[in-house]
Amino acid sequence: MSDIVLKTENLTKHYGGVHALQEANFELRKGEHVAIMGDNGAGKSTFVRQITGVEQRTSGKIWFDGKEVNFTGPIEAREAGIETVFQNLALADDLDVPSNLFLGREKVLFNLGPFSILDRKAMRKATEAALVRTAVKIPNLSSTIRHMSGGQRQCVAIARTATFASKLIIMDEPTAALGVQETAQVENIIRTLKENGEPLILVSHNMRQVFDLVDRIVVFRRGRIVANLRKQDTDGNDIVAYITGAKTGQAELQAA
Amino acid sequence: MSQTSHGIGGLSYDAKKRPWPAEFNVFLALVILVGAFELIGRVFLGDSFLFNTRENVSGLFNEQRLQIIILQVSIVGIIAIGVTQVIICGGIDLSSGSIVGATAMIAMSFAQVATVNGNPNPKAMFIDYGWTDLPVIVPLLVAIGCGLIAGLINGLLIAYTRIPPFIATLGMMVTARGIAKWWSKGQPISFPTDSFAAIGKGLMPVVIFISLAILFQLILTYTKYGKHCYAIGSNEDAARMSGIKIANHKVLVYAIAGILAAIAAVVLSSKNLTAQAGMGVMYELDAIAMAVIGGVSLSGGRGSIIGTVIGSLIFGVIISGFTFLRLDAYYQEMVKGVIIVGAVVLDQWRQRRRAIGA
Repeated sequence: MSDIVLKTENLTKHYGGVHALQEANFELRKGEHVAIMGDNGAGKSTFVRQITGVEQRTSGKIWFDGKEVNFTGPIEAREAGIETVFQNLALADDLDVPSNLFLGREKVLFNLGPFSILDRKAMRKATEAALVRTAVKIPNLSSTIRHMSGGQRQCVAIARTATFASKLIIMDEPTAALGVQETAQVENIIRTLKENGEPLILVSHNMRQVFDLVDRIVVFRRGRIVANLRKQDTDGNDIVAYITGAKTGQAELQAA
Repeated sequence: MSQTSHGIGGLSYDAKKRPWPAEFNVFLALVILVGAFELIGRVFLGDSFLFNTRENVSGLFNEQRLQIIILQVSIVGIIAIGVTQVIICGGIDLSSGSIVGATAMIAMSFAQVATVNGNPNPKAMFIDYGWTDLPVIVPLLVAIGCGLIAGLINGLLIAYTRIPPFIATLGMMVTARGIAKWWSKGQPISFPTDSFAAIGKGLMPVVIFISLAILFQLILTYTKYGKHCYAIGSNEDAARMSGIKIANHKVLVYAIAGILAAIAAVVLSSKNLTAQAGMGVMYELDAIAMAVIGGVSLSGGRGSIIGTVIGSLIFGVIISGFTFLRLDAYYQEMVKGVIIVGAVVLDQWRQRRRAIGA
């Protein structure tokens, strides 16, 4: 049990009469990279939002890092060690890279409450270290996010999650808006995270990417988890069959 | 060939193509403006705007004019410092001029002398209570208290009722002006103590303005408070997701703006040796204009105190320049309006060009 990072039991979310997520049972082990796939509206993002505390679940239980948790907001989830890279990047355009990395958790030289003096040198150094660790390439640390390409922004957002020795990283379609080269760069970062043994949940539509990067694939359909397959036990056609509903996974799930 | 160097991860970048600070452009505008007045003066009036041309006065520059340029903008400049941090944080403060009026009236009534030329002070508000000839700290604390309360009300309204800053501070603008008029039923309040009068004497307003400007430039650059101002103005949702307590921060920002308006009120009423209900009318707009001319973006996230100080100097140069050219004051207002709009248009244009270039 101790190597389970995240576990959900009968996680359910209803929006009024819409059953967006029903009785999702999910497990993630240390160092494991899992992809969440499914059609639009299948419940992928809803699932992520319950885990990260952005929304409050209707019923079910969540264990994180060995404890049962009830996050009332995304900040609590982050403090517990769940870092999320959202589809809409949560970066401040007018700040430079170190300021964005340390936004809301600045290193300070003297603590004077809100007027605490920032330790800019230390934050810059830590930023350089984080970028090296995640193999993120940024031309110039002191240029503002406004002057960066979509890929560079995404890399900064990912480097931020990796900076704070998080226990779980969740990425919601990190390459959806990126070009080929930028996508490759983000995928390299994800491989680096894998080598560092950091667990990851990757929400993605990109079949090639998923088979390249992760250990296990979980498929959502109509608010339910319909498949939970190790990469070597499946292939693209199989996954598509689950996504479209040509194949239903209840039998396999019970067998597993 | 421009020299390229390598950043983190080995991507090359051209250090020369780094966007230079916006303040540089503003400073350039100031220099051009001064140069224009100098040129027009030399050609049409045979006089120098900037340099000393009188035989009986020593010195290279026309020091008197330089002093007037900065002295006449330093009081509104103090307000502009507070307004700058409000705008950087994504807000706006229309109430500062009225806070100056109300604070000047209230504070001055605690700074009055008991006797004028041997007779009881005819204007003393609290002579019946014996609250005259009080130490200078009393009116100072009263003033800061007034500014703090007004600023706190602004901040709490904006942070917790979520009404737009424009509306909240517009309400405060009207209310505070009403308080200023009601306080002495429209009568001016005069005859301050010598120690209160010393605050705004001579070049003291300039000293206070520059000291506060340096203090707030440092705060905005080197403290958590400053960083969070830029973050909230830049992307409020991102700041919230990062765990910054947006509501608390906004209350603090508006409270500080209120206190700075109160300090301006003390300096102004001390300099004029009187407080009147109409004091500070339109100061809020002048302060906003100084910030905007100085490169502070009205959409938040960008700008600096240095920019605002240069913006205030541009203001001062325009006023002095028009006086120097012996043009009517009416033209000043017209040109001021054109420059405010021009500064914003220029900023927008520069931002768009930069976005395309990047």
